[in-house]
Amino acid sequence: MQQSVPMSGLSIWTQRAIRSGWIGRSLLLAIGAAALVILAMRFRESPSIFIQQVVNGIQLGFVYALIALGYTMVYGIVRLINFAHGDVFMVGSFVSYYAVSRFGLHLWPVALAGRDAPGWLISVIGTPEDPGWFTLLIGSASVILLCMVVCALLAVTIERVAYKPLRDAPRISALITAIGVSFFLEYFGALQFVFTPSFITYKRPFGVTTWYISDGIHQVQKGTAPPEGSVLFSNILVIIVLTSLLLLVLLQFIVQRTKIGKAMRATAYDKPTARLMGINVDRVISITFAIGAALAGAAGMLYAIAFPQIVFWMGIIPGLKAFVAAVLGGIGSIPGALVGALVMGQAEVLSAGYISTPMRDAVAFAILIIVLLVRPTGIFGEPEREKA
Amino acid sequence: MDAKVTRDTRSSRLPANLLRLAPSTWGFLATMLIVFVAVQLAISERVLNSFWETIIRQGAVMAIVSLGLNLIYGFNGQFSLGQWGFYAIGAYAAADVTWRWDQAHSASGLVVLFLLVGLAGVWFWFLSRQLARVARVDALTAFTLYLVGMIVVAFVAIYLGQVLTEPVAAVLGVLPPGLAMQVVFVLAVLLAGALAAEVSFLFGLPVLTLGSDYFGIATLGFTIIVKVLLDNSDTMLGFAEMKGARGMVGIPQLTSWAWVFGFLVLTVIVVRNLLHSSTGRAIVSVREDEIAAKAMGIDVARYKNFTFVLGSLLAGIAGGLYAHINGFLHPDTFNFIKSFDPMIVVVFGGLGSVTGTLVASFAWALMLEGVLRLFLPQGFETWRFVVYPLLLLIMMLLRPKGLLGTFEAPFLRQVLPPARRPAVSENGPRVEAPTAAGSVLPNAADPAEGQGG
Repeated sequence: MQQSVPMSGLSIWTQRAIRSGWIGRSLLLAIGAAALVILAMRFRESPSIFIQQVVNGIQLGFVYALIALGYTMVYGIVRLINFAHGDVFMVGSFVSYYAVSRFGLHLWPVALAGRDAPGWLISVIGTPEDPGWFTLLIGSASVILLCMVVCALLAVTIERVAYKPLRDAPRISALITAIGVSFFLEYFGALQFVFTPSFITYKRPFGVTTWYISDGIHQVQKGTAPPEGSVLFSNILVIIVLTSLLLLVLLQFIVQRTKIGKAMRATAYDKPTARLMGINVDRVISITFAIGAALAGAAGMLYAIAFPQIVFWMGIIPGLKAFVAAVLGGIGSIPGALVGALVMGQAEVLSAGYISTPMRDAVAFAILIIVLLVRPTGIFGEPEREKA
Repeated sequence: MDAKVTRDTRSSRLPANLLRLAPSTWGFLATMLIVFVAVQLAISERVLNSFWETIIRQGAVMAIVSLGLNLIYGFNGQFSLGQWGFYAIGAYAAADVTWRWDQAHSASGLVVLFLLVGLAGVWFWFLSRQLARVARVDALTAFTLYLVGMIVVAFVAIYLGQVLTEPVAAVLGVLPPGLAMQVVFVLAVLLAGALAAEVSFLFGLPVLTLGSDYFGIATLGFTIIVKVLLDNSDTMLGFAEMKGARGMVGIPQLTSWAWVFGFLVLTVIVVRNLLHSSTGRAIVSVREDEIAAKAMGIDVARYKNFTFVLGSLLAGIAGGLYAHINGFLHPDTFNFIKSFDPMIVVVFGGLGSVTGTLVASFAWALMLEGVLRLFLPQGFETWRFVVYPLLLLIMMLLRPKGLLGTFEAPFLRQVLPPARRPAVSENGPRVEAPTAAGSVLPNAADPAEGQGG
């Protein structure tokens, strides 16, 4: 009955017990309250700018969510922080760059139809100079699929070459190897004949259309400024959110409703038992890597569309942010990754807007540390199981 | 054996004790002396040019950082990626002190840092005494109290520093300039280490309660926060001389081979003796099994924090030494990518192997900074970081348990008890793992296994 002795009781372990927990909690509450007060003041100052920031944050958050899922799935199954994941994301960006800017693969319906296509077909798919929306939709979707496939193949190769031989080694070995792979992808990409060491301007497969919200949604006309106090959003936001949601639903379906998803959950829960149940654990792990990398590849293209400057080290910071998001949401949990990523997106945009741009990485990690202190396994994380 | 003998006669005859040191100790000291003299001669006779000399010094600095990390991760089992952040704190703190003395002829940096470290130390000591009387203080509350005191102390230190700067400068001015510079340098390095240790104490208090992987991530976050702060050191922190992301220049180049080597040997001896003591046994027991350690009456939280602080102290000292090697500091040196370097060294040296860490850090510096810079063929200079990860991968596959395997130098070998497999000895329960053999960990190498969420 030790536990039931009140704090001020005369337990022999207690010389002088005082209720001290409030001091620590009040520190956290004070930090949280200060952040809320600052945000509320900013909101009152100019609601439209604030909402604009939030919209930008949503756009970023969904990209992070796609990357974070790769981290969280891989961690859930092999307990490995896959540091190379951010660089797989970078490769995805470059694949889409080569596909779109160099080879014009997004125009394949037009190229397939040729110049002497029947008139009705041209009216649907357009010409190479002026592709129709149908062509752009099909073309962009196929480019994104290409990115996903290439990244999935890359991740499976990495897994086979670098992680699988170390499956039974201590976890730190695989972690070091992951860092090595990350280095390799970055600096191999930096070579002159691969991705070159300099920034490359990304050409979007489609034009940007912007709308503004101020009593109703209107399109921004070229050469005119939107009215004061309106919130802008572009088709990039719509595309990113829709694509991400589509992929998330697909992933949720795969994990919850298919046989391989069941196998993945079983492997994550208990690997030896899953093996005893006849699950091919190695194959499940490879598929997990492939799915995570495919999502990262899609994220790579979406990120490049949103921020059209790509360079070989571009994967580091988004990868890290997405990783933080995965931990924040509770690593191993898929809804957690989405929630964590949305929080991270808001944190990044709001701190860049209202605190200081260079401090945004620090703010992201400060939030992470504080959340971990309150919930040691993240927002949706399950409590750690005691060592048997 | 030798330890027992020394303990018996410690109080009476000190010189006799010295002669009674074990042969392995004599061997260690002699080897160190020979290595020191040989390298020193090679440097002064220009056998080693300044390029290789710098690399050797960097290797020694790396060895100190990695020994600190090996204490935290290898011996205590706490997966920390924060070592590089404390290294950065030490580097910038020490550099600021010597920069002010050298460039601005002001002792303000030294005095303020001394007061800050000293007063914060007194406050920590006082508060820990007070908190020890109260049961069930949660880590966050303790952290808050320590933090509030630390902030007050910082203001007091800055205020008092303004008063005391002139007198201290006058006292130091009595010494010949060269000697005064060296004194300031050594004090700066030690104080920078102490500052890093105090910061790590504050940070570790709440964060060490996290599970192993989450602790690693939180410490990674610490490294990144420190790096971001250093990027903005001139605007947000108000240290104009640190020049933020442009890099701090004009730091006197005072880290000679003698200094780094001295600090390194001292570190090795301290680490070895610590691990040889009952404290060291307690530290290792925390790694082996926290629950069992707790059942044996070991204050797990306290030993975790102690090891973390000690490791960070070493990181801070190494940072202070590093700052004075090139005379130039840039926040990119303390990038989180680089923060894996000591981890790589520790893993290659073998977790919980002191000799391995020493060898691996020099090998790492020679390989990455030396061989890969010099001996890549023409036109392939940019391949340095393409070859490096391949080497990492090959090494990892070939020697997953460390460069030297289970080898440990004789002086360091008795760090853990010999392999007698005493589950429970006559003197009562023992804290070491029954399988501990030599100094390399029994079933290796993954202290974090099974604790991850």
